[in-house]
Amino acid sequence: MVEIKTREFKANARVALDDPQLQRALAGLPGGLVAQRTAARDKLPEFEDLRDVGRDIRDHTLAHLDLYLAEWERKAVAAGAHVHWAPTAADARDIIEKICREANAKIVTKGKSMISEEIALNGYLEARGFEVVETDLGEYLVQIRKETPSHIIAPAIHLTQEQVEADFRRLHTHLPQDRVLVEPAQLVDEARKILRQKFVAADVGITGANFLIAETGSSIIVTNEGNGDLTQSLAKTHVVVASIDKVVPTLEDVSSILRLLARSATGQEFSTYTTFSTGPRRKADPDGPEAYHVVILDNGRSELLATEMREILRCIRCGACMNHCPVYNAIGGHAYGWVYPGPIGAVLTPSLIGVKAASNLPNASTFCGKCEAVCPMKIPLPKLMRLHRETEFDLGNLPRGYAFGLKTWAWFAKRPRLYHLGARFAIAALGALGGARGAFRALPFAGGWTKHRDLPAPQGRTFQQLWAEQQAGLNRPSQTRARS
Amino acid sequence: MSNRDIIFGKIATGLKALRDDKTRQATVDSRIAAKFRHPTPARVAGRSHDEHVALFKSHMTGQSATILDAATAADVPALIAGYLRQNNLPARLTVGEDAYLANLPWATEPTLERRQGRAQPTDEVSVSHASAAVAETGTLVMASGPDNPVTLNFLPETHIVVLEVKDVVGPYEDAWMKIRARFGDRTMPRTINMISGPSRTGDIGGKLVMGAHGPRRMCVVVVKG
Ligand code: SF4
Repeated sequence: MVEIKTREFKANARVALDDPQLQRALAGLPGGLVAQRTAARDKLPEFEDLRDVGRDIRDHTLAHLDLYLAEWERKAVAAGAHVHWAPTAADARDIIEKICREANAKIVTKGKSMISEEIALNGYLEARGFEVVETDLGEYLVQIRKETPSHIIAPAIHLTQEQVEADFRRLHTHLPQDRVLVEPAQLVDEARKILRQKFVAADVGITGANFLIAETGSSIIVTNEGNGDLTQSLAKTHVVVASIDKVVPTLEDVSSILRLLARSATGQEFSTYTTFSTGPRRKADPDGPEAYHVVILDNGRSELLATEMREILRCIRCGACMNHCPVYNAIGGHAYGWVYPGPIGAVLTPSLIGVKAASNLPNASTFCGKCEAVCPMKIPLPKLMRLHRETEFDLGNLPRGYAFGLKTWAWFAKRPRLYHLGARFAIAALGALGGARGAFRALPFAGGWTKHRDLPAPQGRTFQQLWAEQQAGLNRPSQTRARS
Repeated sequence: MSNRDIIFGKIATGLKALRDDKTRQATVDSRIAAKFRHPTPARVAGRSHDEHVALFKSHMTGQSATILDAATAADVPALIAGYLRQNNLPARLTVGEDAYLANLPWATEPTLERRQGRAQPTDEVSVSHASAAVAETGTLVMASGPDNPVTLNFLPETHIVVLEVKDVVGPYEDAWMKIRARFGDRTMPRTINMISGPSRTGDIGGKLVMGAHGPRRMCVVVVKG
C-alpha cells in the first residue's frame, strides 16, 4: 500500500521549516513560477474568461462521465488500444505487472505520472524484479535519492544544484571523478546520456495522461523535456495510467483547457511537447509501440461525484495553487505526507484516503484564498478544505488538528510583516518562530478570522489591517469560540 | 462483476444517472458531433494569414528555434546545408518517406547525405515535414507515419522541420480541421506531436537548460512557394 504520512504533517512541517537546504531550494522557486504565470496571463487578455470555459467543460464532462468514458473507450479500442479498468490502486498495480510480464520486460522506463505515484507503482514493480527508470529529470533526481516528488510539476523543486551534483558523483561512478559539473547544463547532459541508454533498452514505457479525448480515443501527455515521448515511442509496449476524471469530449474542448494549463503551470504560452497518442503503431509505421494499453484508475474518485467534493475532479494538476500557497512555500511538498501537496493535496488527499487518515491537511492553510483565485478550473479550494474540517469536527478529530491549524495560521500571519521588513524567510525568522508560537497560542483569534472569512469578502480591510486589529485585541470578544 | 462494471456502476450511482436515459446520451453524441468551438484568442481570431505567419515566426524564435525563410521549395536543400555548416553539424540527414521532402531538389547540394527511415540513436540530424503550424503559440503539428516517423522528432540532437506557409493556421482549432480533413473525422494517426521549440528542462535549480532529452536545436524552414 502507498505509504501515507499525512498524520505526521505537524511534525513534518516543523522539520521542513528547520531544514536550511530545503529553505534555500524553496527560496524563489515557486515564487519564480508565480511571476511567470502572471506574465503569461497578462499576455492573454482572454485568460480569465477561459477559466470559466475550462470550468464549464469539466463540469459538463463530469456530469456525463460514464458516457464520455464509454465513448472514449469505444474509439480507443477501435484504434487498437487495450483498455483496463482498475477500481483500486491494487488492481492497477496487478494489471500493470501482468502487462510487464507478458512483454517479458526487464527495463521499464517511465514518464512523469502522478497516478503512478498514487498507486506506488515503482516500488511494487521493483520488488517483482523489474528495473524501473524515471526519465523526467526531476523524477530521476527524486528516484536516485529514494525520495518522492515534492511538487506535481517540478518534482525536485526541493533540491539545490549542489545536492544534484553530489548525488551524480555518488551514483554515476563509471564517469571520471574529476569531471566538471558546475553548470546546470553539465548536469543535464550527464543525465541525458545515462537515460538515453535506458530509453533505447526499455521493453515497456509507462506514461501518465493529462487528458483522454472521447472524440478520438486518444490520450495526451504534456512535457518540456521530451522524455515521455522517448518513453512511449521506443519501447515495444506503451502503458498509460490515467484516472477516470481525465476525459474531455473533443479536440476543441481540450484546446481551450490547454490554453490554461501551461500558462498556469510554468508560465509558458504552451509546453514544448503536447502529444496525442491513439492506439499502437499502424501497419506501415516504422516506429512507435507495438502495443498500447490504457489503465483507468478510480481509487475513490467516483465516490466524490455525489458529494460537494465533485469540484476537485475538475483539477488539471497545473500546480498553480501550490506555487501561490504561503504554507507550501514555507514547508515544501514532503511535509504533506502523500502524493499531492499544497492546496490540491489538502483537498484531494482527505477525499481519497479519508479525512481521518489525513487529519491535519485541511488545516494546512491560511485561508488567504490565493489558490482559488489562480486555479484555472476555478475550484473553490478553501471552501472544500473547510468542508473537510467540518467532517473532521464531526469525527471528533478536531482539537489537535485545529489547534495546530491555529498555530500554523498564527505563524504565517506574522509573515507579511516579515515581508514588509524585507526579510526573506530565513533562519533568523525561524528562530523567532519558536517564541512567536507560544505567544500566539494564548491569543486564540481564529474565531475572528473564520468569522471574517465567512463573509463574502473582507470588506475594505487588508490582511495587514486585520492583523493590526487582532494585535490590538479588537476582535477578542468573538474569539472565545475557537477553543470550544 | 467485472472491474469495468464496478467503476461504471459507481459513477452512475454518484451521478444518480438512470440506466436508459436517452437525453444524456443524446447530449454527449451531439457535443462530440458538433465540435463546438469555444472563443479563440483575439491575437489570432479574424487576423490575416500573413499576420498568422508573422506571429508564428516570432513565437518560434522566442521559443529558441531558428527560422529560415525559403522563397520556393527549390531553395530548401541549400538553406538546410547552410544551416548545418554554420552550426558545425554533420551533413547527414535522416528523412521519412514524405513525398514533398523527397521531391525537393536535393541534387543541388551534393554534400548532403540522406538516409530514409526512422531515426536511430546515432542519428544527429533529422528533417520532417509539418502537417500544420499554430500561430497563437508558435506550435508545430506533426503527424506520425512512414512519411514522418515519430522518432525523427525526438532522437536526433538537431531537428529540422520544413513548413509550407499554406499550412500555418491561427488557433489550435484550425489545425484540428486540417488533421480531420487528412485522416478522417474522429480518426487520428498513432501520434500527433505539437512541438513548440527544442527540448528543455528547469529541473536543476530552476534554471532553464535546452536539450533535456529531445533535440537541443530546432530549425524551421518556412517555404513560401
Ligand atoms: S487545484 Fe487548480 S490550481 Fe491546483 S493543481 Fe488543480 S487545477 Fe491547478
